[in-house]
Amino acid sequence: MAEQDKPTAEQPNRRDFLYLATGAFAAVGVANVVWPLVHQMNPDASVKALASIEVDLSSVETGQSITVTWRGKPVFIRRRTQAEITEARAVAVTDLPDPQGDGERVQKDEWLVMVGICTHLGCVPLGQSGDFNGWFCPCHGSHYDTSGRIRKGPAPKNLEVPAYEFVNDTRIKIG
Amino acid sequence: MSGESTYDPGTGFTQWLDTRLPILRLAHDSFVDYPTPKNLNYWWTFGGILTFCLVTQIITGIILAMHYTPHVDFAFNSVEHIMRNVNYGWLIRYIHANGASMFFIAVYIHMFRGLYYGSYKAPREVLWILGVVIYLLMMAAAFMGYVLPWGQMSLWGATVITNLFGAIPLIGENIAIWLWGGYSVDNPTLNRFFSLHYLIPFLIFGVVILHIWALHVPGNNNPTGISVKSEQDTVPFHPYYTVKDGFALSLFLILFSYFIFFAPNVLGHADNYIQANPLVTPAHIVPEWYLLPFYAILRAVPDKLGGVALMFGAIFVLFLLPWLDTSKVRSARYRPLFRQFYVLFILDCLLLGYLGAQPAEGIYIVLARIGTIYYFAHFLVVLPVLGLVEKPKAIPESISEPVLAAKPAE
Repeated sequence: MAEQDKPTAEQPNRRDFLYLATGAFAAVGVANVVWPLVHQMNPDASVKALASIEVDLSSVETGQSITVTWRGKPVFIRRRTQAEITEARAVAVTDLPDPQGDGERVQKDEWLVMVGICTHLGCVPLGQSGDFNGWFCPCHGSHYDTSGRIRKGPAPKNLEVPAYEFVNDTRIKIG
Repeated sequence: MSGESTYDPGTGFTQWLDTRLPILRLAHDSFVDYPTPKNLNYWWTFGGILTFCLVTQIITGIILAMHYTPHVDFAFNSVEHIMRNVNYGWLIRYIHANGASMFFIAVYIHMFRGLYYGSYKAPREVLWILGVVIYLLMMAAAFMGYVLPWGQMSLWGATVITNLFGAIPLIGENIAIWLWGGYSVDNPTLNRFFSLHYLIPFLIFGVVILHIWALHVPGNNNPTGISVKSEQDTVPFHPYYTVKDGFALSLFLILFSYFIFFAPNVLGHADNYIQANPLVTPAHIVPEWYLLPFYAILRAVPDKLGGVALMFGAIFVLFLLPWLDTSKVRSARYRPLFRQFYVLFILDCLLLGYLGAQPAEGIYIVLARIGTIYYFAHFLVVLPVLGLVEKPKAIPESISEPVLAAKPAE
């Protein structure tokens, strides 16, 4: 082999280039094949198609709650009493584990709409129970207040408020 | 494999086969004339019992899959169909469901045997690590199998466990959605769990072969922890240990049969005979008994990510065990201090198991925290320090010495 053909750190030769190019090509090819095998497990088109629902609220009286199913999950819709609203507003936001004002969590004061899944490990909390008159998760003991905010227990976040809008005064669209 | 092969292919056919695929020679050298320490006690019979459990689960599982429907609308009813309509379906399902518990009873005894006699120490680290891999696969298979009947505990157990992955920062939620194939545990989840539940036992089978291979390179440990020094210390595997293993298996099958025929639902949870309902969480979710200690550790931590990290850490620490135990003496027989800590550790595991079944409140959380701290302290503090400060008892010259000394002089 001629002296100038020997590869050095400063001067790699053509074979080094071919090794790298072949390796890179193979890596991209493998990634392209692996992705469909991985992505097939993500939500499919039929699951995504059920992404939004409309709910009629005309029969819900003050102090009542209904639970509807949205994306396979329960959504709590509660028509709150004045006492509950006052209680939710009376708390200093900075004292909360996941600080959020009650006003940020509702569109109309009376109507609280949120996903009924405990942010700890996904159980369904029980309504109007726990230390804060809101929701209590029986699985691992998380307490939520009348705004669905986490107050005590292992859950890291407030109950999630889904994207929703009032179609008219007694009808909402979730999702 | 140690020593020369003693296989003698008798017939013309086996000679012909031996020069092409020496599989009978391998079987002979591994399970017939395999030199085994002559002092193995009954704690060593659980390897054979575990192999039996694995084969039983595979056979009954394949049969159950012939009658089961992995769909949220039909799964619960297809299990009842197996129980009521399929010929001997009740028997096969009860063998499979209780077989999982029997498998775990055997594996825990097998693991605590290894812990007591130092079977994880050099040169058996890889053997131990493969065992922990099998244990992990077993837990995955058992968890997914428990989801398939699609009762309340199936659904909510799956919900809690898959949500554990949601604790991973940034990508956690996407991983959970990917595992579910939706936005909660639903039909796609059930379907893929069935597929994976069918796959995992065969992965276990593969790792078991590696486990036995890794066992046969250094050979068995034994109650003295002393390495085999000469042929005087060993006996052939067959008939000495085939008979001993067979006798132990017979006793084990009596226990197994008791559960199948007299208490088939005692180890399960009544709520799993209620069909899964995504809108109602059972008041008290508990995993199967064999996962309870880890569940207690999960709930002992007031932080979601912290709880998940410690729970997986509790298993991961087993992988490091061969390097955490600094003592060169294998068997606890010659380690007076270790023996006491070993008993404490067993009590701690039992305590955590008890607490995992209790509600997460009041004194139970306090105790679970103490139990969790002690669990990790055993591996991370006690074992490293003990090897440095403990003065072991005098160790015999060979395996034969204590055996002969125990005999009255003639």
